[in-house]
Amino acid sequence: MSASPQAEPTITVKFFASLRERLGTDELTAPLSAGATVADLIGTLAEQGTPWDSLKGDRPLLVAVNQAMVKPSHPLKPGDEVALFPPVTGG
Amino acid sequence: MIRIQTEDFDVGTEIAALENNGRSGAIATFTGLVRNRGDRQDVAALFLEHYPGMTENVIADLIDQARGRWTIDDARVIHRVGHLPLGDRIVFVGVSSAHRQDAFAACEFIMDALKTSAPFWKKEITADGESHWVEQKDSDREKAKGWGNG
Repeated sequence: MSASPQAEPTITVKFFASLRERLGTDELTAPLSAGATVADLIGTLAEQGTPWDSLKGDRPLLVAVNQAMVKPSHPLKPGDEVALFPPVTGG
Repeated sequence: MIRIQTEDFDVGTEIAALENNGRSGAIATFTGLVRNRGDRQDVAALFLEHYPGMTENVIADLIDQARGRWTIDDARVIHRVGHLPLGDRIVFVGVSSAHRQDAFAACEFIMDALKTSAPFWKKEITADGESHWVEQKDSDREKAKGWGNG
């Protein structure tokens, strides 16, 4: 019996509010390289050209991993749910 | 009790739910409404978006924090999402306690902290049909910082 190829590790990335509208998407699945942090993920996404390059702009960007706020240095693991969004304005 | 919903709520019903435990001596509530001016004039409606799941977790954590700081009996938070016309209720925070000072403080803390940490985003729709996302206010951040949050 031969071993089946290991599925590539991935994460889910969600976008909200003005960021969702600017990027024209609310969710995507991204490959995850070993040892990658949130900052690495944002850098990779931003390399896809317009409008993704705006992720590296001066607009404040908040990040949650598995629904808890984290810093850009937060390490990612396969299956994580990463959310990127602008500062919140409820109430 | 935390509810995120599109439909309206009744403040009287929510207060009644807070006052039936027989222990509380005070109920403090806050109701937020859609008003006709914000970042722009002539606001005709708001559109509210949220992050399902995370929103409820953040608000539950804020209620836990309030329980750690004040003696409260019960807390209820309702936040509406979707399209909300002028004058509609947006948010309700109600806290019951043995004492009014704890009820006032916990209610204000939950509301102030919610504004800067719960994942809701507000879009203003003006009378001419234009729409834009509301910017986070320095004054809201300062209020949250004043409680040691944000």
